[in-house]
Amino acid sequence: MAGGDGDRKAVLEMVQADGADEGCVTFVLHEEDHTLGNSLRYMVMKNPDVEFCGYSITHPSESKINFRVQTRGGLPATEPLRKGLNDLTDVCQHVLHTFEARVKEFRDRQEEAME
Amino acid sequence: MAAPMSNVDEIRDRVILGEFGVRNVHTTDYPGNYPGYDDTWDLEKFKKKFRIDMVQLDENNLEFDMIGIDAAVANAFRRILLAEVPTMAVEKVFIYNNTSIIQDEILAHRLGLIPIRADPRLFEFRNSGDEEGTEIDTIQLQLKVKCSRNPRAPKDSSDPRELYLNHMVYSKDMTWVPIGNQADVFAEAKIGPVHGDILLAQLRPGQELDIVMHCVKGIGKDHAKFSPVATASYRLLPEITLLQPIEGEKAERLKRCFSPGVIEVEDVGGKRVARVVNGRADTCSREVLRHEDLKNLVKLGRVRDHFIFSVESTGILPPEVLVSEAINVLIAKCQKFLSELDSAEMD
Repeated sequence: MAGGDGDRKAVLEMVQADGADEGCVTFVLHEEDHTLGNSLRYMVMKNPDVEFCGYSITHPSESKINFRVQTRGGLPATEPLRKGLNDLTDVCQHVLHTFEARVKEFRDRQEEAME
Repeated sequence: MAAPMSNVDEIRDRVILGEFGVRNVHTTDYPGNYPGYDDTWDLEKFKKKFRIDMVQLDENNLEFDMIGIDAAVANAFRRILLAEVPTMAVEKVFIYNNTSIIQDEILAHRLGLIPIRADPRLFEFRNSGDEEGTEIDTIQLQLKVKCSRNPRAPKDSSDPRELYLNHMVYSKDMTWVPIGNQADVFAEAKIGPVHGDILLAQLRPGQELDIVMHCVKGIGKDHAKFSPVATASYRLLPEITLLQPIEGEKAERLKRCFSPGVIEVEDVGGKRVARVVNGRADTCSREVLRHEDLKNLVKLGRVRDHFIFSVESTGILPPEVLVSEAINVLIAKCQKFLSELDSAEMD
């Protein structure tokens, strides 16, 4: 189930307890911290199909996080993770567009005031 | 005075500053937590509520309000601004000669911290183990200064500025040495230190510096010198509610409990009545809670989803570009894991 190849550095791994179903998975996100961990946890927790979602930083000197997802009704845990990532992308895109529009507006207003 | 909020709404939407602690700190609006509320993620609902208001924008400073977003995401933007938006900074220092009193390693560290004006988006990260550097990942700077006596100095002068030439070495003395086609590509970019007036070293006649520097692209997580911002922070909008009319001497005392301009005392029918004019200006000191007779007349809170961002650039990139770049970094992170998830599923 490991996400990374042997020669390349792993980016994403999936860890499951023995006998656990697909709905209970710990994803190991390498080279990530609270930045993605907390924002992604928020988006995943907003999903009603998710029973539990949380993350921990394994050790201060290791740059990876354990991202735990448990779903309801046997839904594979990859689905809410995928949805969370997509939702977060959509949020960012909307924030980016809004921000750039406001900056442009602000600039235009400043130029008007100059004239 | 604000419209009264239901208890549940207050827990969901406000952080309460109490006398002995801060209450309702954590986000709780997850599906299943509150009967009668639909907290399932809905992009359209988010778009309807989300707002950005520009407050101030100039060359190096930006203040804006981001409203209708959760702290988890707002904090991600702040953290990325500090630690993950790349810039160029001096990484390798080749000291051919340094006879000044400042030690090589101190000087090298000092050079590293100088903001370098170069658009990091036009460069690549240098591969680990690469010592040489090429035109796509390296900027070369040179610092070559020698101090000497000023032959035209007045006889009885004791002022080093008159006695010596080149005795103060400033960042403006760092000159750009283009590699490969850089002279053509970056002809208009004016690559070099952002600020020319940073004092690097002081010399005396006969002392000299002969240094070549390599600037590479990096991120603040690796070293603070790569951080593109001087500060990037947010605070929640303060909300002060007067629970009943406050008059006379109490009103004056209430006014003094808050930052200037937050509370004004107005004449209403011959009475001096306190009114909240500008809650935004408050520092949330909670001084008012130390006054026994006032503390039950006010409610101090902060709006959970109203972030007042303040971004101060080091001058390498304008602050509004930094915020856009930070958002793009978070998008890139999501995309990286999405594609990783797809390729894992293929196996």
